[in-house]
Amino acid sequence: MSASLRGVLSLFSETLRDLAPILLIITFFQVAVLRQPVDNLAEIAIGFVFVLLGLGIFIRGLEMALFPLGETLANAFVRKGSLFWLLLFAFGLGFGTTVAEPALIAVSEEAAKVMSGAGFIEAGAASESGTAKALRYTVAVSVGSSLVLGVLRILKGWPIQWLIISGYMIVVAITSIAPVEIVGIAYDSGGVTTSTITVPLVTALGVGLATVIKGRNPMIDGFGLIAFASLFPIIFVLLFGVVISA
Amino acid sequence: MTGALITDLGETMLSTVFDVVPIAAILLGFQLGVLRRRIPNLRRVLIGSGYVVLGLGFFLFGLEHALFPLGKVMAQQLTDPAFIGAGRMADALSWADYYWTYLFAFAIGFSTTIAEPALIAVSIKAREVSGGAVGAWGLRVAVALGVAASIAIGALRIVTGTPLYLYMIVGYLVLVIQTFFAPRMIVALAYDSGGVTTSTVTVPLVTALGLGLASSVPGRSALLDGFGLIALASLFPMITVIGYAQISARLARRGGRAGPRPIAAKEGPSP
Repeated sequence: MSASLRGVLSLFSETLRDLAPILLIITFFQVAVLRQPVDNLAEIAIGFVFVLLGLGIFIRGLEMALFPLGETLANAFVRKGSLFWLLLFAFGLGFGTTVAEPALIAVSEEAAKVMSGAGFIEAGAASESGTAKALRYTVAVSVGSSLVLGVLRILKGWPIQWLIISGYMIVVAITSIAPVEIVGIAYDSGGVTTSTITVPLVTALGVGLATVIKGRNPMIDGFGLIAFASLFPIIFVLLFGVVISA
Repeated sequence: MTGALITDLGETMLSTVFDVVPIAAILLGFQLGVLRRRIPNLRRVLIGSGYVVLGLGFFLFGLEHALFPLGKVMAQQLTDPAFIGAGRMADALSWADYYWTYLFAFAIGFSTTIAEPALIAVSIKAREVSGGAVGAWGLRVAVALGVAASIAIGALRIVTGTPLYLYMIVGYLVLVIQTFFAPRMIVALAYDSGGVTTSTVTVPLVTALGLGLASSVPGRSALLDGFGLIALASLFPMITVIGYAQISARLARRGGRAGPRPIAAKEGPSP
């Protein structure tokens, strides 16, 4: 009983250390620079307690569930020995976690408005919602494909730098022909796709695969899936802009 | 107030559950339909999944009630011409007058990245895989410094109105050159750290800062200049993480056992 209590206390003291920089900086700017009274101090204090509890509980759950699940899956797929099912799983995980992402839904609706404002698509709610939906599926497919390529890279042991650097060269090249209005949205779309639950799961999957497969080094080959998942949406959304404006 | 807060907490929890449903469906579908293998420690995994949903729900609820409103108000106040100019007209300000904005941008970029749950997850994994050579704190501080620098430079870019692609291209060139000299072990992890930084905590605050700046600096448009902070924030951490690995490798070579251990990975067991 006392051991588990001590475990909980040490967990929350670690979380407190993670949040200390934010608390310090906000206090410093409020007290020394802005010098203005803060509304709702009680609500903000309650909010911080929830941030603290939430982060601590999440990290506990991460180590109990998300990491072991990713590793178990990697193991099971390698034992099954079917490349097709592994790649289909990678695609499904990327597509499924992205298509319903609230941040992505917001971004694609905003993008559709920008594009109708620029005259690339017909103005009106129907045309805008159709474009928003098409964009959302484009990004979801791009994240699915990025995990497929990322998993293939782990299996084959391809060096990551060539793939990522050529990917960014493609980004630079398409940027020069893409409509200006889409560029900002495209660059930001890389960031919205990597959610807090997907990242640990995908990282554990990659490291698990590189650990189980002979000749792969988990440090060199295991990481890198997230890198592809943040690169591909940029390329796909830029291409989407090129196609729509053509 | 309490009643509204409880309803709101309920709504946040519910939306977190909905976010988890697609992931759970895919995992369950493959588990039952394709793999047909028992999950070891199933009870523990289920309890842990409950913790993930509960923890994330609490975390998001807390962010919405404490950090986001406060951070957004602060971003507005610190980019307000009345605060920056201290009575002068906005047109008469030079880029150097915005020093509090840059400092705030740096500080908020650093501190929110340290609290980013996805980065905590990746750094735990990196420490585990590297056998402790990549310290969890070393990686997180390196990433946070990268984000901090990128937000401060991004703020400077919005104030001066210089084009984003110049910064991106110079950044990519530095990254490509660095990659050639980097210890091989760190490259994939460094590339990953670009994507994990722009997640739950950092994005809303940084977006508020960018939009605040773009709408208060004369001659900037929120639509064209407000974005780009996120793009820089995914580029710079790659540079600082490789830099961190290069510095620790050099220190280890020079100082023998005095410096941090060089980045090396343990071999994975053969199947």
